Amino acid sequence: MPARLRLPELNRQFVFGLIAVVVCIPILWKFSFREYPSPMVRKVFDKVQSLPAGSKVLLALDYDPGAEAELQPMARAFLRHCAERKMKIYFMTLWATGPPVITRAIEDVLVPEFPGYRYGRDYVTLGFKPGNEAAVAIIASDLKKLFTTDGRGTNINDIEMTRPIRNIRSFDIVLSVSAGFPGTKEWIQYGTDPAGIPIAAGMTAVQAPLNYPYYPRQLLGLLGGIKAAAEYEALLKETYQKYNDPKYHLEATARMGPQTWAHLAIIGLIILGNLTTLLARAGRGRN
Amino acid sequence: MNRRRLIWAAVMLAAGAYLVLRIATGKMQAPVGVKGVGIWFAAFMTLAIFSFLFGDNPAYKFAEHLFVGVSAAYWMVVTFWTALVPNLFGKLFPDLVATYLMPGLKENGKAPEQDLFYLVPLVFGILLLWRLSPKAPWLSRWALAFIIGITAGLRLIGFLSSDFIGQIRNTMVPFVVLSADGGPLWGDTINNLVTLVGVTTALCYFYFSKEHDGVFGRISRVGIWTLMITFGAGFGYTVMGRVALLVGRLQFLLIDWLRLASP
Repeated sequence: MPARLRLPELNRQFVFGLIAVVVCIPILWKFSFREYPSPMVRKVFDKVQSLPAGSKVLLALDYDPGAEAELQPMARAFLRHCAERKMKIYFMTLWATGPPVITRAIEDVLVPEFPGYRYGRDYVTLGFKPGNEAAVAIIASDLKKLFTTDGRGTNINDIEMTRPIRNIRSFDIVLSVSAGFPGTKEWIQYGTDPAGIPIAAGMTAVQAPLNYPYYPRQLLGLLGGIKAAAEYEALLKETYQKYNDPKYHLEATARMGPQTWAHLAIIGLIILGNLTTLLARAGRGRN
Repeated sequence: MNRRRLIWAAVMLAAGAYLVLRIATGKMQAPVGVKGVGIWFAAFMTLAIFSFLFGDNPAYKFAEHLFVGVSAAYWMVVTFWTALVPNLFGKLFPDLVATYLMPGLKENGKAPEQDLFYLVPLVFGILLLWRLSPKAPWLSRWALAFIIGITAGLRLIGFLSSDFIGQIRNTMVPFVVLSADGGPLWGDTINNLVTLVGVTTALCYFYFSKEHDGVFGRISRVGIWTLMITFGAGFGYTVMGRVALLVGRLQFLLIDWLRLASP
């Protein structure tokens, strides 16, 4: 076996460079693929679609800017769908770094695309509360014990939308977008499961296998990683024709091009690595 | 200067010249104004972190230390204003807090009533700080014991009802799933069988009171395969997640910073 074919000696910077190239080219040339929604993603979409206008949705964005690349497209897709269905949206986060991602979601989606949506009447941000699972447990029993003001410092009883809210049972659905602890698991364990409230979740790909066991009885659907976000966007495009207009930048769909090429490159490297190992082993056997 | 450093210096100079040229021709935003400086600083930080792929260096160290420092300060400030002020000081000194720190505490222009029960968390909070005292650090243990007790109790209940009981219930599925007209639904039936076989064999693998040989050994071997497939799926998901983060950062560099393509 010639030494130049043995991957173990391959410079790891070569792998970084290869991945960078296969990611950069589709970004610049805008390769994208058609997405076919999986049943789990369709289930979440159908549930949100089935809720009547004015339904109360608790949108928990439990992640930080570090996970934004993966989760912000998902949060935006949920947000667009809820706003299309004219729902009352309550934002909150269990992550201290969460308030800026809530603000960005509002400024990127609600403000430009849904100018009729008014703060306090159609959406409200409850902001961040520390306490992890204890915070969820309090929200499940008495939300106003934890939240005296909204995220902007206004008394919670002075806001039209939050005045009638008592606890988690006041919401029709919880949509959790999470990057880890505290996140979807804690919402299920301490919030929705004891209260019997439906919950659907979007999460980082790393988190997805840990939350599959809750599907379908405790979690009505699960969006795992950027692929599922792209599938949700495909359903949005299918249902609401306006999203086929390129001015509505659907991030997850745009990212699936570079994502797919990177996966192909990694699969190629794995096959190459195994082939060279097998060939080297066969060569040693002959010797 | 060795050859490697010379190459790097040449690459940096070429990159700098390219950036100056793009700014001069108006093809990318100059580092002026709040947005311009923000984008350039974020791009520099991203490149500084990426530079670790070629080894530890001062740019990476600077970015890492800055991140740690800013995060610590951010957490402190956010927790103070979202937890301590409204949920502790606002309960103990409502008039004072509503007048000077958080006017939103007032409901219909009236501050809430004082709740002296919140002296308990205040005392526990102060006790926690005694950990820093060289004379009586043991005082902090009372508060820690309270925190540990509450957390353990909460977690026990959560895991028992949602994970233990809930997961057992989720595994109790019919062998054959029938549609409304009585015909078998093959997809759901196979799903249920896979769940049943996977759970049973994996549980057998973790049963150590009996030697893993004979039929039991073969069943637990299937359990190992189940676990390996699960780990493989987990690893695949992890790769997808990491690539998504890389795509996000490269999109920022190529589109938002360098403006080599439209969004």
